[in-house]
Parts: sequence; structure tokens; C-alpha cells
Amino acid sequence: MKPRKSNIRIGSGAGFSGDLLEPAIELAEKGNLDYLVFECLAERTIALAQLQKLKHSNKGYDPFLEQRIKTFLPICLRKKIKIISNMGAANPIAAADKIIEIAKELGVKELKVVAVSGDDVLESVQNKDYILLESKTPFSKLLKKVVSANAYLGINPIIKALEQGADIIITGRVADPAIYMAPLFYEFDWNTEDPDILGKATAMGHLLECAAQVCGGYFYDANKKRIAETEQIGFPLADVSQDAEFKITKVQNSGGIITKATCKEQLIYEIHDPKRYITPDVIADFSNISFHEVSKDCIKINGATGIKKTGKLKVSIGYKDGFIGEGQISYGGYQARERAALALNVIKRKFIRLGYDENDTICELIGFNALSKDHPIGKPEEVRLRVAVRTNTLDEAHRIGYQLEALYTNGPAGGGGAYKSVKEIIAVQSILIDENMVNVHLTTKRLNS
Amino acid sequence: MKLGEIAHSRAGDKGNISNLSLIAYEESDYEFLKEHITPQKVKTFFKERIKGTVTRYELPKIAAFNFVLKGSLYGGVTRSLALDPHGKSLSSYFLLMEIDENAYCAYKKSLD
Repeated sequence: MKPRKSNIRIGSGAGFSGDLLEPAIELAEKGNLDYLVFECLAERTIALAQLQKLKHSNKGYDPFLEQRIKTFLPICLRKKIKIISNMGAANPIAAADKIIEIAKELGVKELKVVAVSGDDVLESVQNKDYILLESKTPFSKLLKKVVSANAYLGINPIIKALEQGADIIITGRVADPAIYMAPLFYEFDWNTEDPDILGKATAMGHLLECAAQVCGGYFYDANKKRIAETEQIGFPLADVSQDAEFKITKVQNSGGIITKATCKEQLIYEIHDPKRYITPDVIADFSNISFHEVSKDCIKINGATGIKKTGKLKVSIGYKDGFIGEGQISYGGYQARERAALALNVIKRKFIRLGYDENDTICELIGFNALSKDHPIGKPEEVRLRVAVRTNTLDEAHRIGYQLEALYTNGPAGGGGAYKSVKEIIAVQSILIDENMVNVHLTTKRLNS
Repeated sequence: MKLGEIAHSRAGDKGNISNLSLIAYEESDYEFLKEHITPQKVKTFFKERIKGTVTRYELPKIAAFNFVLKGSLYGGVTRSLALDPHGKSLSSYFLLMEIDENAYCAYKKSLD
């Protein structure tokens, strides 16, 4: 197979499901892109999506899928940009159907959508009692509470979907960098068994996967890291050549910055050992990476490499783990912290009487010690008591907020702005399985004139 | 003086593990940070929070370190009761760490 192009541009259209649309529109319109990739699936999102799918068999995909497709399909068809996204969540096939439906409404004549599924391994992992990596306890102990088990897939099924001529590829759980990497292996006919090139592509995917975070988002401050135009930071793109030169850049005159410093921060974001960044495709080695400024807002990545993959896939297990009830109330002005401390003592004594385990409760003062118990702040004149408790039942969770609200009339002087909430906990742990346990399926949905 | 005057940091989370990068503004400060910002010091700085080990990984080519803080997110984002379950704010607390100004000035002189 001959390489198709000598340079490919891959845009990062979202760093999470609820991310901004405007910077992605700017990128699609002006980025001269070949691919636009939306990474929208956080750690436990798929478990929540699975619960939705159980209620409605044609749901369970990303809640912003419709909005994104309606916004980007017309631009991408006009500009001949292919779309890749994990917005399929727990139901990529239903997502593909939805995309076809939207395309029809938009008057699109021809479209090929390929759904990648098979990451859902809930049935097959029940045949063996795996040990959970985090708690070191057997999976079988959770079983009744488990709602989802999804393996992180790699680049291969996405490459296959591209070989089938997909205009849009919609996946469930895949390793975040994989959705950015796959087009390169398809376009340049790179060897998917070569750890060195896989490591380089992984570094690129890792830098792109949080969108604005490499362009000054989650970066700027009021001191040495000031940037201009913070109201709309541009989203990044990678410009990659067939001979493996990787550059991270953004649309000219878009907001934000791409510098060596922004790349360094994002490179180390959410990794552990930089010599061993483990993905389904490779163990990437970031330890010798260096960045070079090619021009303003254009950084070249040098020195990434990798070693052979482990042959194991990480599986995220989502399970129901009770509820959290929360309440808050504020104290301000004269002796604010002292009065808040009185309220806190009332609540603590109630919790002891109700028999709550200390490990399942938190009592803190926002403005004093809520973000870090290790670093309480001196004498604030405005603090907010916050209490949260893990409970077994929803009823019990509701009672927490009522206790806080009752401080209006029963607590210390001048408590204001009480607030209460409850939520169900969908917790996540992981196991490792052999990669050959996963059967990947590609499902094609077409629109023909 | 505060660590934030000579380095920047970003917090990330995976399960119950937080990782904090530490990146020198001036690449030549790498060796100073290597000597003074030890994993033990980080563990002590967040002693209430960190239930597990602190490991420091070195990235000399970009004058940076990665501190991996096990058991530091109150059970992890999905079941934590904390106000900031991801620990996003930890990087900024990290930069509050005091560094010895005399030692830093001496180090800078030794570079000349």
C-alpha cells in the first residue's frame, strides 16, 4: 500500500464531553485539517452511559453527540475532514444510527459511519475471578453492584475502519491517544508493531487529548504564566510528516499560546513513570522527550520512543457504591471562623450519634481548609461549612443536607446560603485481561443517494 | 522564598493517585530542584493527605520532575467526598513550599 499523503493534520476538537464548541469550530474552519478528533469519555462516563442504555436500548452514547454532529458534520463534509470520536460511549452502534439520522435531516447525500464495538467485556470477565488493581480484592465481591466493564482498545480497529472508507468513526472505550494516532498509521502505512513510531505517535496523542490544556488552558496564572485572549483559547492540532516529524500548533491568531512550557506541563499530565506510559499499543517512553520551538505557537516533539506492548488490556469496572449526601452553609463577618467551628461541632456530634464511620464523612470549612487539610489558611472573614457523607441508601443521603439546612434556625448566629445535594456513586476500579479476550466488531451505517 | 517563584506545576489524577509535575522556569535550575525537592519533602508537605508512597521521576531533558503520590485523593475521583476530588488545586499548594533562599542564591552563583 502506498502512502496517501506526505503530511497529515489532526485537530483536537474536545478535551472532555462538555468542552467548548467555538474553538473546535475555529479549528475545523481554519486548521486545514485532515482529521478532527473528539475525546469525550472520562473514566466513569461509560458506566453512567451503560445505566442509560439499560433504560433505553437506543441510548447510552455521549449526551453532546447530537449537538456536535449537527455543528461539525456540515463543516467537515465541506472541508473533507474525517471525524473520529469515542462519543459512542456504551453504545457506539446506536450513536452511528443517530449520526445517519442527523445527516439525513441535514440533507447529506452520502456518508459512511463505522462504529467500533467490542470494548464491552462485562460478560466474558465474569468467567474468571480477577483481582481489582486498586483495592487488591477479588472482582467477584463487587459483582452484584457492577454496571459496566470496558476494555481500553488500541489503534487497530480504528485503522480497519479507515481502510473501509469511513467518513466518521465512532467508538466506545479506547485509549485516549489511540483516536489521534490511528489516522497516521493508516495514511502513512506505518508499521503498527514498531514500538518506536508507536511511542512517538503516543506522545502526540497525549499532548492533544485534553485540547486547550496544551494551548494555555489549565496553565495560565497572574504571575509568570500570563497569556492574552483567555476568553477563547484555541484548540491544538498536530502537523505530522510521513518521516515522523511531529509538530503541535494551532490556528494562527487564535487565543492562547503553545510554548515549550505548555507542552511540558501537558506531557507530564496524568502519567506516572515517564519511561513506561502503558497503552494497548505500546509502552511509550517519554523520558527523553525534548521540545523545540519551530515558530511562534509551533513546537516540535523530539525523542519519544517506546518498547513492545504488554499484551494486556486495562478494563475499567464501573460499580454502584452507595450515595453521597452533602450540605453547605456560610458564615461571614465578625468571628466567622469561630461560629463556623461551632456549627461544625454540632454536625460532628450528630454524626457520631448516628454512627457514621469517620472514613465515610468529611467536615471542612471552604475558605479555610477544604482544598488542603495540610495547609489551612489564617483568619478568613468568610467561610463555608461543607459536610459530605457516604451512605448506603438514598434516604440517608438526603438527611445529610437537611441537617445542614436546619442550622439556619438551630445553629450559630448568622448562617446563610444553605445548600444540599445528593448523588449516586458510580465508582471505578480496573483489572487487566489478555488482549485476545476482546472481540472487536466494526458496524457500518451508510447514507447513499 | 516559595517554590512557585522558580518552577511551575500541574496536577493530574488517575484513580486514587495524584501526580504533580515540577518544571523549572530556568532549565539550569534543574539540579537545584533535584537536590532540594525530594520525595520525602513532598510526602511531609502533604502528610495529612498522602496515605501511600511518593515517587519522583526525573525528566532532565525538559528540566522537570514527576511526583507520583499514591493514596492521595481520598479514594479517587469517583468516590471521594472532597470538594476538589481530582486534586486539581494540589499543584498550587505544592508551589507554596518554602525553599532556602540562601541556598538558591549560592546555587545561582555556582552556575556563573
